[in-house]
Amino acid sequence: MILILEQLLNGLQFGVMLFLLAAGLTLIFGIMGVINLAHGSLYMVGAYAGTYVATETGSFWLGLPAALGAAALTGFAIEALVVRRLYARDHLDQVLATFALILIFNQLIVLGFGRQPVFTALPSGFGGSVELLPGLPYPTYRLLIIATGLSVALGLYLLINRTRIGMLVRAGATNRDMVRALGVDIRLLYTVVFGLGALLAGLAGYMAGPISAVQVGMGEQILLATFVVVVVGGVGSIKGAFVAGIVLGVVDTMLRAFLPGLLRLVMAPSDADAIGLGVASMGIYLLMALVLLVRPKGLFAAGG
Amino acid sequence: MTDVLRVEGLVKRFGGLLATDHVSLTLRAKEVHALIGPNGAGKSTLINQLCGELAPDEGRVFIGPHDATHLSVPARVTLGLGRTFQVTSLLDDATLRENIALAVQSRAGHSFRIWDRVLGRASIWADTQALLQGSGLEDRADLPAHDISHGERKQLELLVALARKPKFLLLDEPMAGLGHVESQEMITRLQAIAQTTPMLLVEHDMDAVFALATRISVLVYGQIIASGSADEIRANPAVREAYLGAEDELC
Amino acid sequence: MRLLVFALGFGFLLAVPFLTQSIGQPALLTLASRILIYAIAAASLNFILGYGGMVSFGHAAFFGIGAYTVGILFAHHSSAEPLFGLIPGSNQMLITLPAAVLVAGLFAGLIGALSLRTGGVQFIMITLAFAQMLFFFFVSLTPYGAEDGIIIRRTNELFGLNMRDKTVLYYVILAIALVFFLALWRVVNSSFGAVLKGMRQNERRMAAIGFAPYRYKLFAFVLAGMGAGLAGALMANFLRFASPDMMHWTKSGELMIMVILGGVGSFFGPIFGAAAFLILETFLAGWSEHWPLALGLILLVVVMGTKGGISGLFDRFGGRGK
Repeated sequence: MILILEQLLNGLQFGVMLFLLAAGLTLIFGIMGVINLAHGSLYMVGAYAGTYVATETGSFWLGLPAALGAAALTGFAIEALVVRRLYARDHLDQVLATFALILIFNQLIVLGFGRQPVFTALPSGFGGSVELLPGLPYPTYRLLIIATGLSVALGLYLLINRTRIGMLVRAGATNRDMVRALGVDIRLLYTVVFGLGALLAGLAGYMAGPISAVQVGMGEQILLATFVVVVVGGVGSIKGAFVAGIVLGVVDTMLRAFLPGLLRLVMAPSDADAIGLGVASMGIYLLMALVLLVRPKGLFAAGG
Repeated sequence: MTDVLRVEGLVKRFGGLLATDHVSLTLRAKEVHALIGPNGAGKSTLINQLCGELAPDEGRVFIGPHDATHLSVPARVTLGLGRTFQVTSLLDDATLRENIALAVQSRAGHSFRIWDRVLGRASIWADTQALLQGSGLEDRADLPAHDISHGERKQLELLVALARKPKFLLLDEPMAGLGHVESQEMITRLQAIAQTTPMLLVEHDMDAVFALATRISVLVYGQIIASGSADEIRANPAVREAYLGAEDELC
Repeated sequence: MRLLVFALGFGFLLAVPFLTQSIGQPALLTLASRILIYAIAAASLNFILGYGGMVSFGHAAFFGIGAYTVGILFAHHSSAEPLFGLIPGSNQMLITLPAAVLVAGLFAGLIGALSLRTGGVQFIMITLAFAQMLFFFFVSLTPYGAEDGIIIRRTNELFGLNMRDKTVLYYVILAIALVFFLALWRVVNSSFGAVLKGMRQNERRMAAIGFAPYRYKLFAFVLAGMGAGLAGALMANFLRFASPDMMHWTKSGELMIMVILGGVGSFFGPIFGAAAFLILETFLAGWSEHWPLALGLILLVVVMGTKGGISGLFDRFGGRGK
C-alpha cells in the first residue's frame, strides 16, 4: 500500500513534467499550426544551461534563471530564424526543419559538454525526505517538482482564463483567422507563446536534472511521450495537456513499477523483467490508441 | 415517389443558435428549386447537411427512396447527388481534363485497380472530351486548374459535377463572383441542364433566380418562411419584411 | 530520350560492381547495395507522402517488421521448431520476402486503420507513436534477442546462388529493386494512382465526386507498408541481422529526409535522395564524428531554401517542366 502511494506520487511527478512540456507544445500546435520536434531540444538546453551555472556557482537556485533564460532565448531564436518561416508551409517541411534542429542542437551540446551524462546536485534544503504518512518517507525534491508543476498549471489557468493575452490564446487555438481578423499583432502573439513554451520546457529540463541524468538525447525520449500527451489531451487544449499528462505519467510509472513483478508470478524472472518493461514502455501508446478509437481528436479537442 | 430529394424537420444547433430550424423541403423531377435568403439565414449550413458534410441534430434526409440521413458525402454522391462549391474547390495541380476525368472515373468504378493504366481507359477520356466539347473550356483543357480564371473555375465545377451523371444537383451560388456576361452564359447553361436534371439552387443573384427557378423557398433565421412560384414570392409580405432594407435585392 | 536516360542509369547500376572493383574501392559496393535498399523504402514512403499527401512519421516500423520477419523465420529454420507450433521457419528468399511483405502489409493495415481516423498534426504524431510502440515491443522480445536483435547467420538462399558473394547479392538486390520500381510505376499510373494523387490535392473535392477518402488512403498506406517491408527484408539479408534500431523513430526521420532530398512526389526522387543521404552520411562520418551537425545544417537549408529536392534541380537545369 505504501509502495503504491509512493509510485502514485512518482507518477504525479512524471505527469507534471509531461505537462510542463506538453503545455507549450499543444499551444504551439493549436495556435500556430506548427509541429515542433525541437521542443525536446529546449528541454535539453534548459537542463544543460542550468546545470552548468549551478555547477560553476555551486547554487541550484542560480542555475534556475540560467535555465529559463537560455531556453527562452533559444526559443526566441528558433522562432525568429526557423519556425517563423514555416507557418505557411506544410507539416512535412515543419517536421524536417525541426528534425534538422534536433540534429544540430544535439551535436552542439556534444561539442560543448561531451557525451558523458552530467549530474546536478539537489538544491540545499531539498536533499532529504519528509514523512508524508507514517512509514512513507518521500524525497522533498520530488515534492518540489510536483508543487512547481501544479503552480504552473494554476498560473497558466489564470493566464489563459483571466487575461487579455489568454483570451487571444484561447481564440487562437479555436480559430486562427478570427484572431487575425481582430487586428491583433499575430506575430507578437506567436513569439510570446513560443517563448512561453520554451520557458516551460527549460524549467522542466532543469528540474529533471537532479533525478535523471542530463545527457544528449534526453529531449527526444520525453518528447515522444509528450506527443502522446498532446494527442490524447487534444491538440490546443491546456486542460487536455494537464489531464492527459497526469494520467499518462501515473499509468507509465505504475506499469514500470509493478508490471515486471506481476509477470514474475507467471513466468521466469528474466523474461518477466524484459517483457514487463517492454509492455510498460508500450503502455502509454496503447492507451493513446484506445483513446483515439473513441475520440479521434483527443479528450479535450479545442474548438469542439 | 417523385421527389428526388426530400428533407424532413431538419434541425442544426450551434451552441444556443438554431442555424437550421425544422426545415422541410423537397426537390421534384424537372424542377429548379431556388433557395434564397439574406446573409446569415443558414443557407450554407443547410447545404452542408444536405450533401453530408455536416450531421443534423434532428430530422431526416431522403435521396429518392433512400434514407440518407446518416450517409457520408461519397455515399450520397453514389445515390445521385451532384454538387458545386460556393468557393471553388478543385484539384488545383491537375489539369481541367484530369479534374473531369476523375469524376468520370468515379462513376465508371474500378478505382482500386492498381495494375491497369488510367490513360488506357479510353471510355473515360472519351466521356471527358464529350463534356469539354462546346463548354468553352475545351482549349484550356490541359492547363492546371490553378491557372484559369475564377469564371472558368466556376464552369469547371459544374462540368465536374455533371461528369458524375448526377440525378440532381446542389448548386451553391454558381453565379458568385461572375461578371455580367459570364452570369448570362451560366444562366443559359443551367437552363439547358435543367431540362434533364433537377436542381436545388442557392443563389444571391435574383436575376438568375427568377430566370431559372420553377419554385422558390425563402430561408430566414434557419426557417423556411415562404415557398412558391416567383410571383407568389414577390408578392409575399413576410418575404418583403425579411428583405426590408435590402428591398432592391428582390427585383 | 527518356528511355535513353533510363537505359544509361540502369547500365550504370549494372556496372557498379566492376567500377568499384576497378577503382579498388570494394566498400563502395556495400554503399551501393544500401542505397538500392533504402531507395525502395524511401519510394514506398514517397508513395503515401508525395503522391497521397499522408505525412507518416512511422514508416521505419514496416521496414523493421520486414527485417524481423526474415530474422524470425530464419531463427525457426535453424532451430527447426515451428513458430507458434504452426509456421515452419524458412531460409528461402522466395518464401521469406513475400512473407515479409505480407506481414508488413498486415501491420500497416492495423496501424493505418487507426491513424487515418485523424489527420494533420495528429496523424504525424500517431504514426510516430505506433512505430515507437513496435520499437519497444521488439526491444522487450527476449526470445528474439531483445534489444540486440536477431543474428541471421547466413543470407537466405535463392536459386542456389552464392549469396555470400557481395557482387551476387548486389545483383539480386538490383533485380528486386528493378521489379519494385516497375511495379510502383504501374501503380502510380493506375486508376488507383489517379485517385491517390487527387487525395493529396483536395480530399473534400474527392469526396464530392464520390471517392471515400479513408478507404483509398488506407489501401495506399498498406501498399506503402508492404514496400517498406520488402526493403527491410532485403536489409536483414544484407546485414544478416534484424534489430529494433531498424525501426527507431530517427530511421523514420531519415526516410523522410531521403524523400525530401530527392524531391517529394517525384518518381525517381527517392533513389537520388537515398543516394544523396547515404553518400553524405558516409562522407561526413569519415570526416568528423560531429557529422550530424553538418547533416542538420544541410537539411535545414534544403527544407527552407529549395523546392523539389534533387529531382527539382535536375528538372530546372534540364529545362523540362514537371
